[in-house]
Amino acid sequence: MDTQTTSSLVRLRQVDKTFSNGTVAIKGLDLDLRPGSFTSLLGPSGCGKSTALRMIAGLTSPSTGAVEWSGQRPELGFVFQEPTLMPWRTVWGNVFLPLRIAGVPRAVAEPRIADALGRVGLTGFERSYPRQLSGGMKMRVSIARALVTRPALLLMDEPFAALDEITRSRLNDDLLQVWQAERLTIGFVTHSVFESVFLSDRILVMAARPGRVVADIAIDAPYPRTDEFRTTDTYNHYCRIVSQALKQAMGGHHDL
Amino acid sequence: MTFERGKALRAALPFLVGIVFLVGWEVFVRVNNLPVYLLPGPIRIAQRLYEEWGTLSDSLIVTLEVTFGALFFAIVGGGGLAVLFAQSKWIEASFFPYAVILQVTPIVAIAPLILIYIRNTEVALLVCAWIVAFFPILSNTTLGLNSVDPNFMDLMQLYRAKRWQVLWFLRMPGAMPYFLGGLKIAGGLSLIGAVVAEFTAGTATAGTGLAYRILESSYRLDIPRMYAGLALLSLTGVLIFAAFSFLSWLVLHRWHESATRREG
Repeated sequence: MDTQTTSSLVRLRQVDKTFSNGTVAIKGLDLDLRPGSFTSLLGPSGCGKSTALRMIAGLTSPSTGAVEWSGQRPELGFVFQEPTLMPWRTVWGNVFLPLRIAGVPRAVAEPRIADALGRVGLTGFERSYPRQLSGGMKMRVSIARALVTRPALLLMDEPFAALDEITRSRLNDDLLQVWQAERLTIGFVTHSVFESVFLSDRILVMAARPGRVVADIAIDAPYPRTDEFRTTDTYNHYCRIVSQALKQAMGGHHDL
Repeated sequence: MTFERGKALRAALPFLVGIVFLVGWEVFVRVNNLPVYLLPGPIRIAQRLYEEWGTLSDSLIVTLEVTFGALFFAIVGGGGLAVLFAQSKWIEASFFPYAVILQVTPIVAIAPLILIYIRNTEVALLVCAWIVAFFPILSNTTLGLNSVDPNFMDLMQLYRAKRWQVLWFLRMPGAMPYFLGGLKIAGGLSLIGAVVAEFTAGTATAGTGLAYRILESSYRLDIPRMYAGLALLSLTGVLIFAAFSFLSWLVLHRWHESATRREG
C-alpha cells in the first residue's frame, strides 16, 4: 500500500482492537481514506471492517494504535445497517434531529432538510412515519439524515445488506449521484464483491482472525457509472480480481 | 360478514351479555321471591341509586379526589424516580429494592399505621392510594427508559448529544408506551388503594368517601344501597381504564405497534 505519495483524509495506523472478552478483532491494521474517494472495505464476517469504520467515526477506540486526521476532524455522517429511525418522529423530524441536537434554528434547518430529502428522492414524504415506508425508503431517510449536516466524510456500514436486489441497485445509483454532486469522501463497508466494484474507486480487501488489510485494489473505471457498467468487460475483470483477493484473504475457508 | 358489521357486533356483544345477565338476575330474584336484605334485583338497586344519588355522588367525588390526587403524585413520583434511576445504575440498584418492598407489602396491612401517623384523614388516604399506584408507573417507566436500541445510542454519540438531550429526544419518547401501560394499571390501582384506605379509615373514624358509604350501608343492612355504591365504584374503575386507554391511543396511534393497524 503506497501511502507516502497520496494524502489521506484519515488514517488508521497500526491499530489493534481487543474486545473485553479477549477476542482479538483487529491486529496491526493500517488503512486510510483519501479525500474525495469512494473506498469500500470488503471482507468476510469478523474481519473487523465494521469496527474499523466505527473507530473512524469515534464510536469505539483502538486498544493500541491511532486514528490520525489530516487537520481537523471534518463533519461526518454515519449510516448504519439498520435505518435506525425514531418511530415516533416523522421523516422530517428524523432528518431534523441532528440539526436540532446541534442547536440549529428551525428556519435555518428547513431548507437544508428539504435539500437533503430532495437528494434521496423523498420530497413529499416529510409527514410520513417510518412504519409507513418500505425498507428502501427508510434507508433513504437514513441517508438524508446523514447528509443534512453536510458532512465531508460519509461512513456507511453495510447500509443496503438487508434490501432486495432491485432496491439495492437503485440505491447504489442514487448514492453515486450524491457522492459526485457533493464531492464527498465515502467509506463503505460491504461483503458484496459486486456492490463494491460497482461503487468504489478503491477497494480494501480485509482478512479475518485477526482483522487486517490484505489487498488494496484501485477500480480504474470512469464515472458516472450506470447500469450498463455492470455488463462491461472492465466490470467483470474487476469482479474477478476482487473475488480472487477475497478468496485468498479467506485462505480457502468458506465460513462467510 | 363485512368488516364494519363485524366490528359493530363485537362492540355490541358485551352489552348484550350484560343485559342478559341483568334480566336473568331480576327474574331469578322474583321467581324465588328473595328478600331484599339477601339479594336485591337490579331494578331495586337502580331505584336505591336514584334515591340516594345526592349522598352517593358527593361521596363519589371525595373518592375521585383521593384517586386522582394519588395518581397525580404517582405519575410525578414514579415518573421522576424512573428518570433518576435512568441516570445512574447505582441509584437504581440502591433504591429499587425498597420500591419493591413498598409494593409487595399489602396495603391493608400498612393503612392502619399510616392512619395513626397522619392525622389528616384525607392526606392519609392519599398516601395509601399513592403507595399502591406509583409502583407500576415506576417499574414500567424504568424499563422503558432503559430499553434503548444501542444503535440509537451510537447515533446520539455521533451527534455529540448531551445527557439531557439523550433523555429528551431518545429515552423519554421511547419509554412512552411503557409509561402509558403503567398508567393504565395505576389508574385502576389508585382507585383500589383509595377504597381500601377508606375502609380502614371507616372502621376507625367517620369517612365520607364511597367506600365508607358502602360500609355504612352494610351496618344498616341496606343491601340495595351497598350494591348501588359498588356499581358506582365499578363504573368509575371502568371509566378510568377507558380514559387512559383512549389517552394511550391518542399518543401512540401514529407510530407504536400496540396502537396501529396493519396497513396494506
